[in-house]
Amino acid sequence: MGGDAAGPVPNDQHDFALWEKRVDALMILGSARGHFTVDGLRRCLEDMGEQAFEEMTYYERWVASVNQNLIEAGVYSLEELGAKMEEVKARGDTYGSAQDA
Amino acid sequence: MDLLKMLEPGLPVTIRDMSPPGHVRTPKYLRGKSGVIERALGPYENPEQRAYCLPASKKQLYRVRFTMEELWGGNAENPHDTLDAEIYEHWIEV
Amino acid sequence: MPHDHHDHDHLSPSGHPYRQDNDEALTYWQTMEIAIRELLIEKGEVTSTEINAQIDAMDARTPTNGAKVVARAWDEPDFKAALLEDGAKATKEMGFDIGPMNLVAVENTDDVHNVIVCTLCSCYPRNLLGLPPDWYKTREYRSRTVKEPRKVLAEFGVNLPENVACRVHDSTADMRYIVLPARPAGTDGWSQEQLAELVTRDAMIGTGLPLPAS
Repeated sequence: MGGDAAGPVPNDQHDFALWEKRVDALMILGSARGHFTVDGLRRCLEDMGEQAFEEMTYYERWVASVNQNLIEAGVYSLEELGAKMEEVKARGDTYGSAQDA
Repeated sequence: MDLLKMLEPGLPVTIRDMSPPGHVRTPKYLRGKSGVIERALGPYENPEQRAYCLPASKKQLYRVRFTMEELWGGNAENPHDTLDAEIYEHWIEV
Repeated sequence: MPHDHHDHDHLSPSGHPYRQDNDEALTYWQTMEIAIRELLIEKGEVTSTEINAQIDAMDARTPTNGAKVVARAWDEPDFKAALLEDGAKATKEMGFDIGPMNLVAVENTDDVHNVIVCTLCSCYPRNLLGLPPDWYKTREYRSRTVKEPRKVLAEFGVNLPENVACRVHDSTADMRYIVLPARPAGTDGWSQEQLAELVTRDAMIGTGLPLPAS
């Protein structure tokens, strides 16, 4: 990345969405609980590779990394995650409707 | 590999040129490049262990200053401009 | 909650207003965020109160924190010396705790202009400036700033004269950086509150300059 050729710096600014702020909060609280370190977060971000950088947004990559670290730390199992994600999807088609249990 | 004494500001150093797979905090564009110690920052836990939730040993961390000429040769935008980066001791050769 | 503002036309089943971005189709990654959060709450790892408090703290951290630090450094020579000596300690005494990281303040002068980048990720002095702007995290900014900082600065409207040295700082490890811009001319006798009004976020990253006194 450092030193690579690239185009003009995009003048993007956006107010962070609630789900993005929640990802940020989960990263901070999860690492405060000792389940992973910021270096573990970075490791998984890097392991996703170049393609993920092009195709996923910043907090999409972060949530994937937070999840990977929590799985590795044994905080919950893949089965628990899979079942919970199906449960969430069944609640509604928008973030607003799916976030309320 | 632990250095016995702290490196002093101004000391010429070279960044080790190696590419192990996995999480390191030494950017590729600095590997094999020479600069000088800008300041010693003190001991910090080795991120190459922290990244895997391993017990981490302390490593001295330094700010190393490079000239743009050293980093980019004839392609440097302004050869005398500088770049500072934080480098852990085990990536530094005196 | 302060982050649940606007869009009062739509109420969720629980009676709370949706944000606009909550009305979009649910994505895979949003689904994962909800699932992770609920699993952590169910397992007693975190509470929803802690999550909300964390978000409120995040919203409360803005570049006005950094501007207070800069204005004080302009006004008080002893504080400026302390800030340049040990940025974490000096700012912690003002109530801005950077946590386990350390803070390095780098000073712009007539001869030197500093600019901050993190080529490896998006390290940023959140305690002083809040969350990083989108452009700071882009491939373009991270790739080019270490090689052609003057061209990048020019895109931000900062044209460095040839006789001003450009110092780039790549935030590669445990340090976080803040640029101490040069105090604008014509501000003699100004209060710290007045001075802080001139200090922009970008001036503290190095991609901008403070506002002029006029």
